[in-house]
Amino acid sequence: MAHEDSPRRRKSLLRKVVDSRILLLMCAPAIVFFVVFNYAPLPGIWIAFTNFNYRDGIFGSPFVGFKNFEFLFKSGQLWMLTRNTILYNLAFIILGNILQIAIAIMLNEIRLKFFRKISQGVMFLPFFISAVLVGVIAFNLLNYDTGALNALIKQTGGDPIKIYSTAGLWPIIIIMVHLWQSTGYGSIVYFAAIMGIDKGLYEAAAIDGASAWQRIRHVTLPSLKPTFIILVLFSLGGIMHGNFGLFWNLVGNNAALFQTTDIIETSVYRMVLSQNNFTTSTAVGLYQSLFGFALVMIANGIVRRINKDYALF
Amino acid sequence: MHSSDAKTARTMVEAVSVEAGKSSNATPRRRRAIKLDTGDLVLQAFSYLTVGLFAVFCLLPFVMMLSASLSSEAEIRRSGFGLFPKDFTLAAYQYIFNAPQQIIGSYVVTVVMTVTGTAIGLFVIAMTGYALNRKDFPFRDHVSFFIYFTTLFSAGLAPTFLWVARVLDLRGSYLAVFLQLLMTPWLIILMKNFMRTVPYEIVESGKVDGAGDFRIFAQLCLPMMKPALATIGLFLALSYWNEWYLSSLYLGSTVEFKPLQYHLYNLINTANALRNSVAGSNVSITDLPTNTLKMASAIVATGPILLLYPFVQRYFVSGIAIGAVKG
Repeated sequence: MAHEDSPRRRKSLLRKVVDSRILLLMCAPAIVFFVVFNYAPLPGIWIAFTNFNYRDGIFGSPFVGFKNFEFLFKSGQLWMLTRNTILYNLAFIILGNILQIAIAIMLNEIRLKFFRKISQGVMFLPFFISAVLVGVIAFNLLNYDTGALNALIKQTGGDPIKIYSTAGLWPIIIIMVHLWQSTGYGSIVYFAAIMGIDKGLYEAAAIDGASAWQRIRHVTLPSLKPTFIILVLFSLGGIMHGNFGLFWNLVGNNAALFQTTDIIETSVYRMVLSQNNFTTSTAVGLYQSLFGFALVMIANGIVRRINKDYALF
Repeated sequence: MHSSDAKTARTMVEAVSVEAGKSSNATPRRRRAIKLDTGDLVLQAFSYLTVGLFAVFCLLPFVMMLSASLSSEAEIRRSGFGLFPKDFTLAAYQYIFNAPQQIIGSYVVTVVMTVTGTAIGLFVIAMTGYALNRKDFPFRDHVSFFIYFTTLFSAGLAPTFLWVARVLDLRGSYLAVFLQLLMTPWLIILMKNFMRTVPYEIVESGKVDGAGDFRIFAQLCLPMMKPALATIGLFLALSYWNEWYLSSLYLGSTVEFKPLQYHLYNLINTANALRNSVAGSNVSITDLPTNTLKMASAIVATGPILLLYPFVQRYFVSGIAIGAVKG
């Protein structure tokens, strides 16, 4: 983002405002929107340092310093939530990107256009549905009495599994559902990157007698590397933020599974909505925001070093 | 869009425009030519098979949901859900359409919100994206950062909830849902990147002709932005149509007609909601075809998306690809 050239910079602020008043007005609705819904709630973070009650309000409630955070650290709850959030996101990022690249490369190998279009469309479909519907689908597949999976197990003579009370199964289930829902969408980005690769490279490879595998190994994959690194780095920057809709609709209030499924978002949602616990939830939220902010800054710093153009700021 | 998406927002658009030339230092090592045709054929066969199987894996749950909604409850209770309808019947749909007030009310709420929200949101996003892409706009960096910062640091759920529900007093109002979905930083940045595809000469020629900034936007740029408007409009429409989260926070059970997906959410998660949705509360829960009814409700609530999908998905794909490559 280049600075304005010097004659412009000498203009007074008022002059600039007057000159660009129409453009400023065009931005105004968006600015008002973010002020009202994103900036105005920020002072409410103070709740994290108080023993909040409705009667005294945010700034009248007794100040307790870092007590709320102390409790969270000592109870071990914060550690569990952080661990679950980060581990799930790591799995999503690693497996997700590998699968997306693999699918994108294979889509590129497919010569029948209608086959490619249709399979691409079908793989993209799960991205379109609501998280609620994902929950319905999970119920259809996994519930104890009538779930399709248990029906299959019973047909083959096995004993049905109580999936909704077996915490150990859920990391696999949640990762599978995530991959089911996001691979088609994610592979579009990589597929677009493959389309952008200079065809001359493939021709040169063919002349050199490269096999199909060598073509992928030495042309396609190296060309995808910058896209891959930057996507992964930014996903790592967002590793403290979980996909609330997915986790809530798969697990919800099922306490038997929390040990392996509760992430920061689901825990905060429960505190706010069913326990009216605003102090702890604000404290967890602030911890998440600060930690997440630091991670984005680090990720952005690394991207900046690799290639300035791709950095966010 | 979820907030974590915003982090990759610009990345998705910009990172992809990687010049393939950069990888030219990775020219393939010379190897003895193995039988080129066989390798190609194996790879192709493998690709068709894997992609085909993965596509089936993506589609299967939808087929099973549809089959379940067309099965008889007794048969489902006996042998569970499966791939094909068991003892085909439309009973579950009859239950829904015997007392359709709830579902019709929810449809009206969702359709009205989706149409107006997408129209207004798209207009504001396009306007903002246009202004932020104007090189001669002295505040473009400031405004961009002001918008982008909201994805870096947020107050979190609890303070936002207290602010919107208590101070703005929007609890129990559709506005709490409608307003908060109007725009996201991610969509504004995407729009701004799309706007780069409009040559700056267009703006200049407009200026020479004496058109104001707003007229240049509305009459010269917007008509050129159709692919971007289609893509971003679809993202917006989808977030309105699929909305259940804000409804669960701010509407709860205060409104008679819940947005469609939140209505479905309640049907799935509370037995009473399922009973109330089909008839008066005098129907015993044990008599209800609960399993098939849930599936039929899901199909009714998702139907339009599934029907429209084949026609709109190409806008998503091409939109993302264009935004990505030209970004």
